[in-house]
Amino acid sequence: MSFIQEPLAYEFFVRALEASILVGLVCAVVGTYMVLRGLAFMGDALSHSAFPGVVAAYLLKAPFYLGATIAAIGTALAIGYITRRGRLRSDTTIGVLFAGMFAFGIFLFSTIPHYVGDLFGFLFGQPLGISSSDLVALTILSVIVLGIVVVLWKELLYSTFDPLSAAAAGLPVVALEYLFLGLIGLTIVISLQAVGIILVVAMLVTPAATAQLLADRFSRMLAIAVAIGIVAPIIGLYVSFWTNTASGAVVVLVETATFLMALALGPRTGIFRRRRTTAE
Amino acid sequence: MSDAPVQEAVVLDDVAVGYVDRPVLEHVDLTIEPGSLTAVVGPNGGGKSTLLKLIAGLIRPWSGSITVLGGRPGEHAGAIAYVPQAEAVDWGFPVAAIDVVMMGRYPRIGPLRRPAAADHRAVAAALEQVGMMELAQRQIGALSGGQRRRIFLARALASNPDLYLLDEPVTGVDNATQEDLMAVLDAEARAGKTVIATTHDLASAAQHFRSIVAINRTIIAQGDASLVLDADVLLRTYGGHLLYVGERAVVLDDAHHHDDAAGGEAHHHDDAAGSGRTRR
Repeated sequence: MSFIQEPLAYEFFVRALEASILVGLVCAVVGTYMVLRGLAFMGDALSHSAFPGVVAAYLLKAPFYLGATIAAIGTALAIGYITRRGRLRSDTTIGVLFAGMFAFGIFLFSTIPHYVGDLFGFLFGQPLGISSSDLVALTILSVIVLGIVVVLWKELLYSTFDPLSAAAAGLPVVALEYLFLGLIGLTIVISLQAVGIILVVAMLVTPAATAQLLADRFSRMLAIAVAIGIVAPIIGLYVSFWTNTASGAVVVLVETATFLMALALGPRTGIFRRRRTTAE
Repeated sequence: MSDAPVQEAVVLDDVAVGYVDRPVLEHVDLTIEPGSLTAVVGPNGGGKSTLLKLIAGLIRPWSGSITVLGGRPGEHAGAIAYVPQAEAVDWGFPVAAIDVVMMGRYPRIGPLRRPAAADHRAVAAALEQVGMMELAQRQIGALSGGQRRRIFLARALASNPDLYLLDEPVTGVDNATQEDLMAVLDAEARAGKTVIATTHDLASAAQHFRSIVAINRTIIAQGDASLVLDADVLLRTYGGHLLYVGERAVVLDDAHHHDDAAGGEAHHHDDAAGSGRTRR
């Protein structure tokens, strides 16, 4: 079993493993609600919107968490606000702000005269570069996000399934929507180092999408998504270690393979599917 | 609400409302007594759903005042159950019928806490009332259109409201379901609850409801069930959408409102009214 134990001798590998498992867990939980709310594109947009925040933080020698959080959550709230106020479809607003923010990030990036490897790490993910202080920050943010979901899981579920009835019954549906956009923003910030801006949407969407193929109850969907979200980074990091390939990409490929397997073998979509029984 | 003196369940005073800059309802004066079983009838686009949403506090009026259960719309949200049209719901959502009914309890359970024994009892009683105990574990989308309406009514019952606001609760469902659901609503009204439902089906309105509100951009008439047999009221409510066959008026408006019509539905009112009208 040395191929399992040998990498564990490296502290950076253990940190990468811990960080990736945490990221996989948070992404799976938030991603499950995100997929059910039809906000997959929003996840992609917010991750790209975090880029100018990361670059600005580098230029100002501030912690990248701060810059990324301000940029991602600011964009999330702006998308929500403009969509409500501006008579535009949300995918239109998302398209405009997403490209604009990413362009701003590239612009800031191009003002830096020398090569900055760290910033490329944020684009493609660099879990092996995660420091122990990064891990502490990441853990705190994860606890915040998961804590909010634990407190409000029922309210988020009802307002996702039937927002009109939930609002009429007194749930603050608009506030919950903004809160959830904020949670997506924080989740992306948490994920930036481990998987990178370009691939984080896969960590959010793919486990939840796979779980939706397999489950017809919310609790089971969440459990399956979390299982995939935790196991995929472990497999991915080992494969990446032994094949010397980009870890963020391998983790996402493992999740994509899981999705394709579920699609091929799942009860509703697979080649062995049962005839669906409809009552009456 | 029992501590308050006897008062109107719903009062609208010179209310106007619309979407963006297009008015949908104007000069609406309406009073609905507690314990009434009221059908709101009128043509498509006549403002039936909008009226319910106003009372539910889901949209704000442009002008005029609304009092619901003695307070502002939304103030007594915990005592209101709103059931949206079938088209407004994502039936692929991973929830079982019993989960949907439990959502009716979520607002009163509150954040963090789990459903208690009383909540499970209320859910079981509601499922029993609508005859859905056996199918309670089915995924909501695996149920027929009529069964879905039963479940949504059960969710409303489980929240134990004083005011039911139901948007097309029996549209497109089989006769047995229609009879069952109306019997439940009739019993609720007799127990002092206020029931307001929109419907396309004038025959059903006359047969199952005790009072009728006819609207087309404003209140055309309000009265008992015989109102829908009044040719003058019908003409003013439905205008060019009426077809006279001998002594009988036939409304040409609503044949297309079924559970599965969303998306593919077509409207041909103008043609039908132009070529088919044989007014006496």
